[in-house]
Amino acid sequence: MVHLGDWLLDRQLDDVAGGLLRRALEERGIGFLLGKQTAAILDDGQGGVAGVRFSDGEQVDAQLVVMAVGIRPNTALAESCGLHCERGIVVSDALQTYDPRVYAVGECVSHRGVAYGLVAPLFEQAKVCANHLAQLGIGRYQGSVLSTKLKVTGIDLFSAGDFMGGEGMEDIVLSDPAGGVYKKLVIKDDKLAGVCLYGDTADGAWYFKLLREGRSVADLRDTLMFGESAIGDAGVQGQSKAACMQDSDEVCGCNGVCKGSIVKAIKDKGLFTLDEVKKHTKAASSCGSCSGLVEQILMSVVGTDFQETPKTKAVCGCTERSHGEVRKAIREQHLLTHAEVFHFLEWRTPNGCATCRPAINYYLLSSWPHEAVDDPQSRFVNERVHANIQKDGTFSVIPQMKGGVTTASELRRIADVADKYQVPMVKVTGGQRIDLLGVKKEDLVNVWQDLGMQSGHAYGKSIRTVKTCVGSEFCRFGTQNSTQMGIDLETMLANMWSPHKVKLAVSGCPRNCAEAGIKDVGVIAVDSGWELYVGGNGGIKTEVAQFLCKVKTAEEVKEYSGAFLQLYREEAYYLDRTVHYIARVGLDVIKARVVTDAASRQALYQRLLFSLQGLPDPWAARIAGAQKNEFIPIKLEA
Amino acid sequence: MTDSQHWVQICALTDIPPQGSRVVERASGNVAVFRTHDDKVFALLDRCPHKGGPLSQGIVHGESVTCPLHSWNIDLATGAARAPDEGCARHFPVKLEHGMVLLGL
Repeated sequence: MVHLGDWLLDRQLDDVAGGLLRRALEERGIGFLLGKQTAAILDDGQGGVAGVRFSDGEQVDAQLVVMAVGIRPNTALAESCGLHCERGIVVSDALQTYDPRVYAVGECVSHRGVAYGLVAPLFEQAKVCANHLAQLGIGRYQGSVLSTKLKVTGIDLFSAGDFMGGEGMEDIVLSDPAGGVYKKLVIKDDKLAGVCLYGDTADGAWYFKLLREGRSVADLRDTLMFGESAIGDAGVQGQSKAACMQDSDEVCGCNGVCKGSIVKAIKDKGLFTLDEVKKHTKAASSCGSCSGLVEQILMSVVGTDFQETPKTKAVCGCTERSHGEVRKAIREQHLLTHAEVFHFLEWRTPNGCATCRPAINYYLLSSWPHEAVDDPQSRFVNERVHANIQKDGTFSVIPQMKGGVTTASELRRIADVADKYQVPMVKVTGGQRIDLLGVKKEDLVNVWQDLGMQSGHAYGKSIRTVKTCVGSEFCRFGTQNSTQMGIDLETMLANMWSPHKVKLAVSGCPRNCAEAGIKDVGVIAVDSGWELYVGGNGGIKTEVAQFLCKVKTAEEVKEYSGAFLQLYREEAYYLDRTVHYIARVGLDVIKARVVTDAASRQALYQRLLFSLQGLPDPWAARIAGAQKNEFIPIKLEA
Repeated sequence: MTDSQHWVQICALTDIPPQGSRVVERASGNVAVFRTHDDKVFALLDRCPHKGGPLSQGIVHGESVTCPLHSWNIDLATGAARAPDEGCARHFPVKLEHGMVLLGL
């Protein structure tokens, strides 16, 4: 085999990996001549081939010559129109040629000096081009980061970005030539700049993701080489290596979708993006914890045609705008209604969809408290009727029980309601509440009235519970009155809407019986005061809360946790839990605005108190007649 | 209108919130009656073709409703699930007369 480059696949591999590949292929009996440029094919004098002569004068004998060549943009038409061409038709970031009336996309174009020969960049170009043709003018194509995934006679190869390295870059290399594995990571300014994998490419998708996101890998550096599973972020049940999974292995535990079904859908229906796979297979469409795994499968099936989920994602199909852009417009333009948002941001649909309407409703209410009017029709049924819908269309009712503390009188009323309305199940929840399950919708208002208790908000993107232990009131280890602290926090946060659900816990000593380490805000009492933790999560993926600060008084606990929650309410995107928000902005940003800067903390705290001021208990409001029709079915007269 | 079908007056248009619905109770299965943002009315059997979720409790947008259980989008006029989901909820004729909603059963 003759090749012009100094090593095999010199565009896809570095010299070391190329050398490994060469040796592996030589063991299979293939000979190589590298760095050779063919000058002539020699005639044997009888119409056949005798050999090949190279530019350095050397010759080899041959009975058959097979040539492989790449593609070259066909620019004849463009050139005849007078359009400027280099390696391809030269286009701008808007995919416009030198004649602004003419656009070009695909393999024929040269963008910032690069001509792409793959389909994924074409898709990205087409999206931007379509956006400009539709006169929306907001897209910009800034080039594509490409990855190559190849299997050469059974050897897996993967590369992406600037894997050759160079000045100002550092290499991390793992080399095991006898084991047939070579990995090289190129790092520049604490970010992954390139990757070249030989033999073991299981982490290719993960490295590519880090590369595209351009996130700092400083904190991962020690374990970066050992892949995604080494940092303990491997999706469900540690199955991080999508390529190694059997077709019958379950990927999505919520909807029971196996790898085989996903691969089949990708192939049969020609899917290229994570969103398409979600829609068609339902994998990763419920809790979303397997999104990474589904993305890996997608990448392993479609290879270089894979389309990475964009970094700034549109809210939904009704718009190009991201969550951040929508909130910014609402704030800067003082928008107060859905109609104003749809108009100002040029929504594609007349009145949004089930994805964008609840998000906009939250952004309106949280940006303009006491000004923007809540739209019940833009709320998911649970938040509209203040109960939690069950699979059979009945609802669950969870009354408020601040800090998990109740009384004999409340328990009697709960028991009476359970009897009177024949409630099929009464259950204690994980958040120290009592749940009445299977209540009919038309009974809800009467049930609330008979209970004589307030809404426990166990159904909303809102404050849920403040879990407590008994603390110093009874416990021999308790250092502070954690129960009262929990009740005070829950009183302060009553009726608070938020980007996603918010759970708190207060423990009376470091034994932490209230499990404050996995709450959005966890408070742990110590002898000298209170420790505050934020961003914990006991759900889809267990996350341990991070230490925020230590304070002395109960009043400070309210101020600091209130300020943190207000920051989350103002800045997190809809449906982001605190852990996601902190991961996006970094704990240092939170500390700066909530702990270090006292003026910022007090301003946040005051904005929280202002937002919550005078909010009615939703159950009481409905007992008084609000949205009455919602709960009354129409009867047909016999 | 076929011989077996008769129109029943169920409520005033204003009894249904815009982009909302009401449930009509019926022995052979409840009917969800929807009102869109531009005051069109539609009626579907109150059962999502997917897992029987009550469509009446979903969010109404354009001429679709999103099932509250697993977010299937159902076309209000035909009852058909929007692609790529497949299935169909039965739809009923419904009309507006002098501000009153009439359901064809």
